[in-house]
Parts: sequence; structure tokens; C-alpha cells
Amino acid sequence: MLRHKDLLGLQYTEPEEIQEILDGAEGCFDFLCSRDPKHREDLKGRTLVTLFYENSTRTRTSFELAGKYLGANEVNISTASSSVQKGESLIDTGKTLDSMKIDFIAIRHPMAGAPKLLADNVRASVINGGDGMHEHPTQALLDMFTLRRSKGHLDGLKVAILGDIKHSRVALSNTFGMTKMGASVYVYGPETMMPQGLERLGAHAAKSREECLEGADAVMGLRIQLERMGGGLFPSLGEYAKFYGVNEDALKLAKPDAIILHPGPVNRGVELTPQVIDGGSSRINRQVTGGLAVRMSVLKLLAEYRDCCM
Amino acid sequence: MIKCIMNGTVVLKDREIKTDILIENGIIESIGDFTPLPGCEIIDAAGKYVLPGIVDMHVHFREPGYEGKEDIETGSRAAAHGGVTQVACMPNTDPTCDNAVVVSYIVHRAKEVGLCKVHPVGAITKGQKGETLADIGKMKGAGAVALSEDGKSVMNSQIMRLGMEYGNGFGLKCLCHCEDINLVDGGVVNEGYNSTMTGLKGIPRAAEDIIISRDICLAESIGCPVHICHVSTWSGVEIIRAAKKRGVHVTAETCPHYFALTDDCITTYDTYTKVNPPIREERDRQAIIAGLKDGTLDCIVTDHAPHALKDKQVEYNLAAFGISGIETSFALSYTYLVKSGVMTLPELMRKMSYVPAQILGLEGGEIKEGAPADLFIADLNATYRIDSSTFLSKGKNTPFNGMEVTGKVVKTFMDGKETYSEE
Repeated sequence: MLRHKDLLGLQYTEPEEIQEILDGAEGCFDFLCSRDPKHREDLKGRTLVTLFYENSTRTRTSFELAGKYLGANEVNISTASSSVQKGESLIDTGKTLDSMKIDFIAIRHPMAGAPKLLADNVRASVINGGDGMHEHPTQALLDMFTLRRSKGHLDGLKVAILGDIKHSRVALSNTFGMTKMGASVYVYGPETMMPQGLERLGAHAAKSREECLEGADAVMGLRIQLERMGGGLFPSLGEYAKFYGVNEDALKLAKPDAIILHPGPVNRGVELTPQVIDGGSSRINRQVTGGLAVRMSVLKLLAEYRDCCM
Repeated sequence: MIKCIMNGTVVLKDREIKTDILIENGIIESIGDFTPLPGCEIIDAAGKYVLPGIVDMHVHFREPGYEGKEDIETGSRAAAHGGVTQVACMPNTDPTCDNAVVVSYIVHRAKEVGLCKVHPVGAITKGQKGETLADIGKMKGAGAVALSEDGKSVMNSQIMRLGMEYGNGFGLKCLCHCEDINLVDGGVVNEGYNSTMTGLKGIPRAAEDIIISRDICLAESIGCPVHICHVSTWSGVEIIRAAKKRGVHVTAETCPHYFALTDDCITTYDTYTKVNPPIREERDRQAIIAGLKDGTLDCIVTDHAPHALKDKQVEYNLAAFGISGIETSFALSYTYLVKSGVMTLPELMRKMSYVPAQILGLEGGEIKEGAPADLFIADLNATYRIDSSTFLSKGKNTPFNGMEVTGKVVKTFMDGKETYSEE
């Protein structure tokens, strides 16, 4: 049983809750793989709204389909063609949607804390689909799900995350989630992209790419935001790839059975070389299916919470 | 009209004594035990303290232009509620207070309201754009008491130097808001563990420290005095301490939120914690307290920055910077600095009244015979929870709501006139 109406981030989520979401996702994953033509009806009569203030293909589609496959009504609001463009505040948008008796809002927003602001002002359950540099809990849950399916467990594993750690909500959510489940998280990137307080957060700030990769069970390359180059955080893509990218040689430092993860979309040849992306260790495409399963599991558990506690 | 404040503990510049005060024609006529003449108004202060009216040399009263947030009348009422009798108000109004007309308007409007002595601070540059000097001499003539680019720094060091020099010629000090805008880079909170945890963009201490250092260097090389606004960093305290040691004529202020809070308060995304410079960490808080104690930080101000609800009920990034602080300043300062044993009550009142008056060259700031009867009566046994719904300011934006504090303003007098009474 989850303990909150909303899923805002893994820093607020207990290990038991994470366990429950991942366990629930197993059944959903099997369902997705079985190609059973029948839609499920777990969420029949409920409504999910996706409210995305940033562009997204995979996360938004994943939430929409997770709702649909479970029998929920699904509405997606594009902020470009809504009253948001007329200057409506987030709280007002939330209250308007709430008055339409919806059950879930999956929100993506460029500003940290926006999902919490929404959650505090609506009765619906809010799922954070990524807020600024803060958290992206369902992405981390799908990374954990993929890793757990591959290794059978999470505790004791070493996870290497490389790239723009400072601006990455994926890195932050993974740090909270993976460490709560007993894995060690090593992060590495240009010094301009390393945030303060990493050790206190529970992550290991590696001093070199080698230290980060050595003996890793999973290697995650983070998408480099190309606009960061304009901000001077790194000089060029070539330099970035040379010192912070992962190629087949660097990958040899990781365990032989290490898997490759990436939150997508990938800049081929920058954070990961094409050989690594398309190689046998890559789970990048399988992650996407896992993401759907994890989001189905989250929706089901939040529905249970709403039935029981609201 | 003669008023007698009887039986209170009176806080003088260097000590407190149990005595009576006689006020005639707005002036403190005499201090000492006496039997009041028949016909004079008796104010019983038994069991209470009589303190010099607070001189808050850093407030935003928003008028003209932003009356939705505050105006001179509500600001003055809020001041009186906080035991404040004089303020210096910052020039980031609309139009900017960068000319004699706006300065005069503020002076006259404040006199009409008549609840607080409001001294305008003029902008250093026209439109606070950091490009050409404002009409500094004319503003002085209209009543400006200092210069400030408040809310930002004059980023061009040459323009800043000229502003300091030219202002000095008119006896006007620059009150420096210290913030290197390039280093701030859109940040909204202190850069550190909590900015990483919340995903809110951090502002490094260096953004503040660099401009503190620069403005001290400018003042030192020109040989004019300079005042550093709202110091928030431990390192800024160190820089000012070192400058004072080598004889630079620098004074500095801080605010209650920098010695009462740490940035742990931002983790709830409460936009009332968003203030510029940002609330920092425990190390900074301790250094601010130490700086106040050893005199590195000369005075306490509020940076009273009232905002409308709609300016704060938004995403943290979009929320306005600022805390409505003029009504909680005394209680927070008393609680965190006197009750906790950091300093004595006369020491605190010097930092809140006498020293800021000296820095700006204002009359008043202490209780003494012949001085204007600017004072307030406080109940220092009253412990209560801060309740923003009782604020007289339009701005209810305080991170201190619900916090337990000690020290309540009971009555305030400006020039002997009662400007606030609890009843």
C-alpha cells in the first residue's frame, strides 16, 4: 500500500513502496508481453489526465497507454493549445481539472516543485513525470525494474551514471531509488555538471570515468542537453564524448554482464557510441516496455490508495 | 499635550533603568522618577519595557506603482505595529525613485499619513539600469537620505565608482545590494545540498561575496564610506570583518531571516522562503550571529518586501523574491539574539535604532532628553505564535507564520503621537 496520494519523487518514497511498485510492475510486464487482446479493466471508470508543460514523446505516450491498457479514460492536455497559454496559473488549471472529477494527473513541468504545488491544491493523485532538475520518479522506477529483471535483485549492485548529473532529474531520482534498494550509485561527469552535496545524498562522486565504470552492474549514460553547450558547461560534443562518453573500450571496465541503460532520446556518438547503444548489453529499448509496466503499476497502486484512504 | 510613560524599564543607549519619561510637544522632556502633574496623559508601562523607536533602514513600501503589494499608509501602519518609527524605503518603485519628483512624492505622502518617518533612498542610476547616474544632487535636495540600486548591483564597476564618488560629494552613501548577476544565472535559492535535493537552481555565495569585495575595494580606493545591504553569507562576514580591521569605512546590515532560518526551510517549496539574497546554511547563520555580536555587522534591518498573494502562489521559480518582515523583526531579534544570550537588550536596540540612524545621519534612534519622542513599549514576557493574519502590511508573505517568539509591541509613539496600540 502506498502512503501518499501522489508520487512526487523517490526521496519521499519508502523502500517498501518502491518494492511494491516494482513487484506490481512484474504482472503488468507479463501482461504486456502476452499480447492478450483483452484490455484490462482495473481502472475502469477512472480518468487520467496528462498535463505536460515540456515536450515529451516517450514519457507522455507511456502514461497515456498505461492508463488505456488498464481501462481508464485518458485525456491529454497540450499546454500550447490550452488556457495555460492565456496565462492561467498552475493552481487554477489544477482546480479546473479537479472539478471535472478526474483521478490522476501526470504532470511534466520545467520547474522543480511544480508537481507538489499542484498536488497540494487538487484532490486528484499527482504523478511527477519530471520536474525541472528535481525528480523523475517513474523513469528511475523503470530503470530499477529493468535492472532487477536482469539481475534478479538490486541490493549490492553497482550502478554507474555518467553525464550531466547536476541538471538531471533522472540521476537524482535514481540516486534516491537505487540507494534505498541497497545498490551503490557512482556518478561521474564534467565538474561543471556535478551538483553539491552528492555524498550526503548517498551517491559516490567518482574521480574518474574508470572509477565510475569499474565493476559496474549497470551503466547509464544521461542525455546531454545540447543547449548546455551554449551555457559553457562543456566546450564541444567531441570533447564531451572523448572524456565523458562510454564506448566499447571503456565498457570493458564494467562487469562482463553489465547492462546499458539510457533515459532517451539518445545522442548517438555523444554519451554512448552506436556500438554500445546497439550492442548485446543494451537494454535501452526493453526499458521502454518496462516503463509502461511501471506506470501501470503506479496507477493501480494509487487507485488502491484512493479507494482506501480518501 | 504632556504624556507620562510611568513605571517602565527604559532602554537607554548603554543601559536599562526603571524610570519614567515625560513627553511634551513630541520631545522627550525629561527622564527620571516624578509625580505626574494633573491633566497629563498617563501611560502605565509597569512590567513592560520602553524602547527607542526602531530605525529600519531597508524597506520596500512599493508606492508609487505597486500599491497592490503595499502603499505608504499600510507600510507605515505595519511599521508602527513593529515598533518602527523611521524607515528608509528603497527606490524600486514604478516609476523608479531616481528623480526629485518621486522623492518629494514619497516624503509628502508619508507626512500626510503621519505614522512613520519615511526617508526615500534614491536610485544610483536612471531607471536602475546601471548606465547613467540619476539626478543625485536634486534627489538629496528633495529629501533622499542615501543611494541604492536595490534589488540588483550596478554591474559596471566604473559606473558604481562614479556613483559612489558623486554621491559622496552630496554626503549620500551607497547602500549596496551585492549580487553578481552573471553568477546568479537564474538561481532562486542557496546553492548547496538543499538546492540539489529540491532541484531548485542555486545561487553560490560567491555571487554575493564578489560584489561585497568589489564595493569595499571601490570605497577604499576612493576613500568614501560604503554600506553593505542584507549580508547573508559567512564569507561575506569575513570579508567585511577584514575590511573593518584595516580601517575601511564600511558598515553592514543583516536581516532576521538570515540569523533565524537555514535553507532547510526551502525543502517544502514554500515560496515565502524565497528571498534575495537567499537563506543560507547553518554555518552562515552562525557567522551572521557572530558578526552581529562582534560588531562586524552594524545593524539589523528587515528588507521588508511585501507581496500580493498571487505573486507567491505560483511555482517557486516564478514567485517574487521577498519577505514581509517589518512586523516580526523586533520579536525575532529579541528571541534569537537577546533571549538566547547573544547580546543584551541595549546592545540589540543600538543595532536596531541608534546605529542605523547614525549610518544615515538621521535624528533620533535613542531615548534621551531633548530627542524626538520616538519610542515603543514592549511586553517582553509575552510569548506567542506569529500570525500573519494580524499583519497590518498588505504583504502576508512570511516564512515565520506559526513560529513561537517572545516580545510583543504594545504601543508605539512617533514624535510623541501614538501610532500603534495593541488595544
